Amino acid sequence: MTAETDRPTVTVVLPRSLTALFPGTPLRCAARGRTVTDVIDDLELRVPGLRDRLCDGTALRRHLNIFVAGQQAALSTAVQEEQVVHVIPAVSGG
Amino acid sequence: MAERCALLIGTRKGAFVLEGDRHESTWDVRGPLCEGWPIHDMIVDPATGAILAAGGSPWYGASVWRSHDLGASWTQSSEGLTYGDAESAPRLETIWSLTPAHGALYAGVEPAGLFRSDDGGAIWRHVEGLTNHPTRPQWQPGNGGLCLHSIVPHPTDNERMWVGISAVGTFETRDGGSTWETRNAGVRADFVPGPPPEFGQCVHKLVMAADGGEHLYQQNHCGVYRSTDGGRQWDEITAGLPSQFGFPMTAHPRDPQTVWTIPLNGDDKGRYVPDGSAAVWRTHDGGHNWIRAGDGLPRRDAYVGVLREAMAVDRLDPVGVYFGTSTGQLYGSDDEGRSWRLIADQLPSIWSVEAMVLDR
Repeated sequence: MTAETDRPTVTVVLPRSLTALFPGTPLRCAARGRTVTDVIDDLELRVPGLRDRLCDGTALRRHLNIFVAGQQAALSTAVQEEQVVHVIPAVSGG
Repeated sequence: MAERCALLIGTRKGAFVLEGDRHESTWDVRGPLCEGWPIHDMIVDPATGAILAAGGSPWYGASVWRSHDLGASWTQSSEGLTYGDAESAPRLETIWSLTPAHGALYAGVEPAGLFRSDDGGAIWRHVEGLTNHPTRPQWQPGNGGLCLHSIVPHPTDNERMWVGISAVGTFETRDGGSTWETRNAGVRADFVPGPPPEFGQCVHKLVMAADGGEHLYQQNHCGVYRSTDGGRQWDEITAGLPSQFGFPMTAHPRDPQTVWTIPLNGDDKGRYVPDGSAAVWRTHDGGHNWIRAGDGLPRRDAYVGVLREAMAVDRLDPVGVYFGTSTGQLYGSDDEGRSWRLIADQLPSIWSVEAMVLDR
């Protein structure tokens, strides 16, 4: 397995409330990685500061949800080539 | 003569910038800014002229926003605003206060701690000396949380600074933040039995008078106080006010004997202005006498509160004073708090007010 195929490419769908914090960032981004954490780290290279908005230290922020191929996921969840990763804010606030 | 000012308003649902002539009632309102995030404090950085706004999103965490064009565009960063990734490290909930000091910026956060930026607010570092204070394991939160809300730098000595933490009290550093000492002697803590403790007082707002660096005032949960020795000893100056309880306090930029406060009816009575009649109280003699001013404010049925950061002064002569309520009304005075006019009526709950003079 090559290094490239070892890091699948996924499509990450970001919420508007998040991309608004980083002008110019599209709602759908391609990113590479073997896990959700890897994917976030890959995005961080192009959108500095994004990781701090998604993660509190080493944990996913309390009111954010991540889905991989439609299934609720954790930062450690593995991703596969061409899967879609959704970042969705929880229904909270007031 | 027109005197144009900008009022920077932090609210529960975003930042707002109001521009107008301080002698008029009609101001241009821009907002909500900062994507509608809850904003606890806004300041002007005198080193760069940038506006900064601090707060925390329920989804995306705490961050500091910066604008170099009076709020038209913003960037945000929280790099370094963390207690670390250790399992035992507390999670930083939000930012309560921002203060410029000698070219740097300081941020007070919840749970209580202090951070410093030397690049205009992009990158922050933890002032660990305060968190390492031996009393830290015993710090208890107030009703609003364990928040570091007041940051008072010495005007000329960049090694000295005071901070106010609810419900812990006042601390001073004389070595740039490496070590801190409690500064609560003379301040009551009616909510604990026995004589006042060394710490555990519920300071609500700490401000410095204009004459040098040893002269401080504080609005506390349990009274109003003045110190002329840098907080080593506090003298109560509550007598003459309708209540010992309130949150905001602000000091005159040139007269060290003048401060303003807005007493509320009491911590267990709803925390409204007394009798539903709004008034700002001021002293011109260091707290020996207090003067009530309600001209232009609601005289009855005004069940409003004013929070600790929601009053500010400009630096004009006579000084302009401004305050916002937790129900979204913003008032201004162009005669040092003697009379008032409504500036905005339907903002979100106002958490902070800052005034900047645009031109004269």
